[in-house]
Amino acid sequence: MRKTLIKGNEAVVKSAILAGCRYYFGYPITPASEIAHTAAKYFPLVGGTFLQAESEISAINMVYGASACGVRVMTASSGPGISLKQEGVSYIAGAELPCLIVDVMRAGPGLGNIWAEQGDYNQVVKGGGHGNYRVPVLAPASAQDMCDYTALGFDIADRYRTPVYLFTDAYIGQMIEPVVFPEVDVVNKSQDKKYDWQIRATRETRSNCITSIVMSPEGMEELNLRLQEKYKKISENETRYETYRCEDADYLIVAYGICSRLARTCIDRLQERGIKIGLVRPITLWPFPSQALKDLVSNNNICHTLVFELSNGQMIDDVRLSVESRCKVSLINRMGGVVPKESWIIQSILSKISKE
Amino acid sequence: MEEMILSKSKGFYDTYFRKDSNQFTTHYCPGCGHGKIHKLIAEALVDLGIQDRTVMISPVGCSVFAYYYFDCGNIQVAHGRAPAAGTGVTRALDDSLVISYQGDGDLAAIGTAEIIHAANRGEKMTVIFVNNAIYGMTGGQMAPTSLEGQVTLTTPYGRNPLTEGYPIRMSEIISTLTAPVYVERVAVHNYKNIMKTRQAIRKALQVQKDGLGFSFIEIISPCPTSLRLAPTDCESWVEEKMIPYYPLKVFKDEISTRTPHFPEHKTFTDIYEVIGIDDIKEDTGSFNLKEDQKIRISGFGGQGVLSSGLMLAGIGMKQNKFTSWLPSYGPEMRGGTANCHVNICSSKVGSPVIDSPNVLIAMNIASLDEFEDIVVPGGTIFVNSSLIDRKVRRDDVNTVYIPATQIAESMGLLAATNIVMIASYLKHLSINKQMLINEVKSSLKKKNLLDKNIEIINKVYSSN
Repeated sequence: MRKTLIKGNEAVVKSAILAGCRYYFGYPITPASEIAHTAAKYFPLVGGTFLQAESEISAINMVYGASACGVRVMTASSGPGISLKQEGVSYIAGAELPCLIVDVMRAGPGLGNIWAEQGDYNQVVKGGGHGNYRVPVLAPASAQDMCDYTALGFDIADRYRTPVYLFTDAYIGQMIEPVVFPEVDVVNKSQDKKYDWQIRATRETRSNCITSIVMSPEGMEELNLRLQEKYKKISENETRYETYRCEDADYLIVAYGICSRLARTCIDRLQERGIKIGLVRPITLWPFPSQALKDLVSNNNICHTLVFELSNGQMIDDVRLSVESRCKVSLINRMGGVVPKESWIIQSILSKISKE
Repeated sequence: MEEMILSKSKGFYDTYFRKDSNQFTTHYCPGCGHGKIHKLIAEALVDLGIQDRTVMISPVGCSVFAYYYFDCGNIQVAHGRAPAAGTGVTRALDDSLVISYQGDGDLAAIGTAEIIHAANRGEKMTVIFVNNAIYGMTGGQMAPTSLEGQVTLTTPYGRNPLTEGYPIRMSEIISTLTAPVYVERVAVHNYKNIMKTRQAIRKALQVQKDGLGFSFIEIISPCPTSLRLAPTDCESWVEEKMIPYYPLKVFKDEISTRTPHFPEHKTFTDIYEVIGIDDIKEDTGSFNLKEDQKIRISGFGGQGVLSSGLMLAGIGMKQNKFTSWLPSYGPEMRGGTANCHVNICSSKVGSPVIDSPNVLIAMNIASLDEFEDIVVPGGTIFVNSSLIDRKVRRDDVNTVYIPATQIAESMGLLAATNIVMIASYLKHLSINKQMLINEVKSSLKKKNLLDKNIEIINKVYSSN
């Protein structure tokens, strides 16, 4: 069994290599740098390329160029760097190119600090760049998820020709846990990919053209309609979530990433006290598991949904849109890099639900 | 019988099918230099036999539609980013010949960082830099290369160097870098110079074909429309105004002294070996826990706190338990102390952060002071009594006192204090010592200390 104790950030790189990714372009930023360090160590050993770009903007455009050639390619950054990448992400979405972008969130706005926060939700899940695009966002909650969702991210990216985010935080990245890596038969897998659209510098592919510009309004609308059709398919096929102790729950907590792990422990404590509370953990933040959440709230007659996030309340908008006023929705949050203790979370939950 | 004497280069598409209308003509204005430059490139692609391998990067600016015309691989990119996207292409495709075709706003303003660094890395790329001293596509605003006093839409009173800076000379800047092989400035405002440009483009592409590296060709080019001049007047303007400021010359030519370099890619037989993932066999059953272990280990930095936590997590993992390890994080990490959180559980681990441990391994007094109170009633505190001269104050927890530093020191290996502590912990749980020995074997970096570590583990297990 290919099992090892490993940091989430390192698991991402090794999983990417096993998934056939051979190209990494990035710019250092704490707390995502570890991914770059690991990539710098291993990518050259497997015949790949690691390049430290002059900026986040350049890094994402290198990703654009490599992706246009049909190879699996990735980059990683954190909030301030993701802000800079947004132009490139819009172009990649517009030109319909696949790639994996890792965001290891830190606290903001501005330079903020390097501690764990989830304030990038809006700029990543809602798309921070210009235009009518969406990006699938996978939110791991363990080192195993970091491994699994990296491979899944590449698959979704290739299947739908779209950039995909692996959306995580310093806790999930820093934590060491056992990870079972997939058994794969890899011999320079990235070279085997052949798509009819890719640029390969050969006679057969000479007529290929990668672009996001369409001059006529009708033509551009057509591209947009095609994109929306694609997003609809992704919503139908790729929405993922996990529930914990939701059977006969009266209350729900919705949380992702490190918050979902903290919430799990708090739910166990509250259940010991006889409070029927369960967890919904979105695995894909876009597409958000709206229907599942709505059904759960309706079928269980949930009276109150609590959204626990390390931000000013960003995912809560999606929760509200999902439950459509079927129950009360409130926020439990901290910001600035403060990760609350178990006792604080439990107290916050109790004070919110004690009024019912 | 008709005979075709002059025809369009095969480097162009026969019909410009990507255009919405007028598919036999370009979108360029009369008198514009782009058409001439396009033709010189198209002919070179065919004559050098590199058309199949060429990837043209279309920028933002008037040449944004270069992909309408060149019959080769085409990628259109964001403003100023052509050298970065080109880097992605040239790194991904060893056989490619990349042409980054850019205007003055694209290359010398918004994309300054990208061009400087692609040049500095010596990317295998040919940069065609079209300098016409004005923004064409957006209708005539100041370019970074606009001349002093030049009137544009955004310098209606003329470019003032005191407020808008001086026209930037990119060939001069690029040629100061070590990596570029060939840097030349040419012009296309008259026949003689068009012929020189033809030679320069071919030479640059040959440099790339030969695997020598990065070339930069700056081409001074007329833009009659945005300069508000008749085409012939514009050619004169280029000759009289631009060329005196932008001298036409070879700035750098190291073609004869460079050796070809083609990237080599390491190959492998066992990828798991290369990336360091072992094939392990899990041992199930012999590691039985009465309850989930929620452990905090704390001590001085250097006492092996973090590594002993990792060993416990490793032992748990190999016994098919659910484990997690988290280093101390946040404001508690200060003053030279280190601590970590280790979960060893029989079901999926919830929070990796352990606020209420049932095991505390305290290696120094500060650790006991800080964490004694958070241990759950009924939990166990392991105290390194060599360094902690007080007893645990609580009476609702179990305590185990181990003179760990003293034991390690007496065995001649002070650095193994942590091994004494975790061996005592595992012994207390009635865990077979072989598990710890195996873990030490696989995780110990200094293999010459392995025997000594095993000796220490045996001693702990044999003592009362």
